Amino acid sequence: MHWSYAITGLALVLSLTASREKTLEALKVSYRRLTNILPAFLLMLVLVSIVLFLVPDVVISQYLGVDNKFAGVLFASLLGSITLMPGFIAYPLAGILLKKGVAYMVLSAFTTTLMMVGVLTYPIESRYFGARVTIMRNAMSFLIALIIAVVTGILFGEVFQ
Amino acid sequence: MKQNSVVRMAVISSYAIFVALSWIFGFDPGREISRNFASFSLDMLKVLPCAFVLIGLFEVWVKKETVEKHLGEESGIRGYVWGILLAGTTVGGLYVAFPVAYSLYSKGAKLSVIFTYIGASAICRVPMTVFEASFLGIKFTAIRLFVSIPLVVITSILLGDYLRKRNYSIAEGK
Repeated sequence: MHWSYAITGLALVLSLTASREKTLEALKVSYRRLTNILPAFLLMLVLVSIVLFLVPDVVISQYLGVDNKFAGVLFASLLGSITLMPGFIAYPLAGILLKKGVAYMVLSAFTTTLMMVGVLTYPIESRYFGARVTIMRNAMSFLIALIIAVVTGILFGEVFQ
Repeated sequence: MKQNSVVRMAVISSYAIFVALSWIFGFDPGREISRNFASFSLDMLKVLPCAFVLIGLFEVWVKKETVEKHLGEESGIRGYVWGILLAGTTVGGLYVAFPVAYSLYSKGAKLSVIFTYIGASAICRVPMTVFEASFLGIKFTAIRLFVSIPLVVITSILLGDYLRKRNYSIAEGK
């Protein structure tokens, strides 16, 4: 996180020394782009705050920990798709679940859909790419996540025992 | 797309009213929801300003020809490699990748590289990958990367070709 500030600061300083006008122009572009997409961000935050309330960590742990691994993969991929959480919350949670005995393939389905499939980021994505492409990309990502989960399950010896 | 923005405003304002009433009348679920909102907003506020400043600098300083050459129609396999490497350095998540992808696209990157970048920034961001490996093990992370990257590139090419045949173009905001 601090790195991104250092790099941005450095880039700004370099840009300023090269040309004051161009830097000002760049900041105007930044501002315009940001304000343009901000309403979509706001809508996403509203959705995230509600979904995280309806589907708290406890519920996620319950569904991922079901006895049937394949049901677990299904639940995990659905929950991962409809929720959104930063990596520094998701991976420790996955680590805890792993220690509790949740299968690798279930965790894989969860973390991959969490990162790749964004139902909650739909407002932002569709604003840039349109509804059709957004749905297509997410559907393909969902399939990719399932494939990854199955391969993970096979290589960890969870599918064929 | 006026209708969209009306719906959006309606949703956002009823949400604001709901949160305000929840605090006044001590409705716990509402307060919990607003706390979620605050903590997530803070997370994003840490990332977004940097991302958009860099996008602005990129727009002004990087020449269209440069992007076209390395990420455009003629870039071949190199374009995908660049897309993945660029994704590795992306912070945040998909919500940062979308505006960056739009910038790349407006500078002449081809669609399949754009989708590769988006997919890869979901799954191969370097800090996230390291973090994942430390909690779930290197084997887990290695499997995920080796399986996902080829799939992301292949589906991106398919999606890009499909859309190019339909003369699709990305438009910012509506």
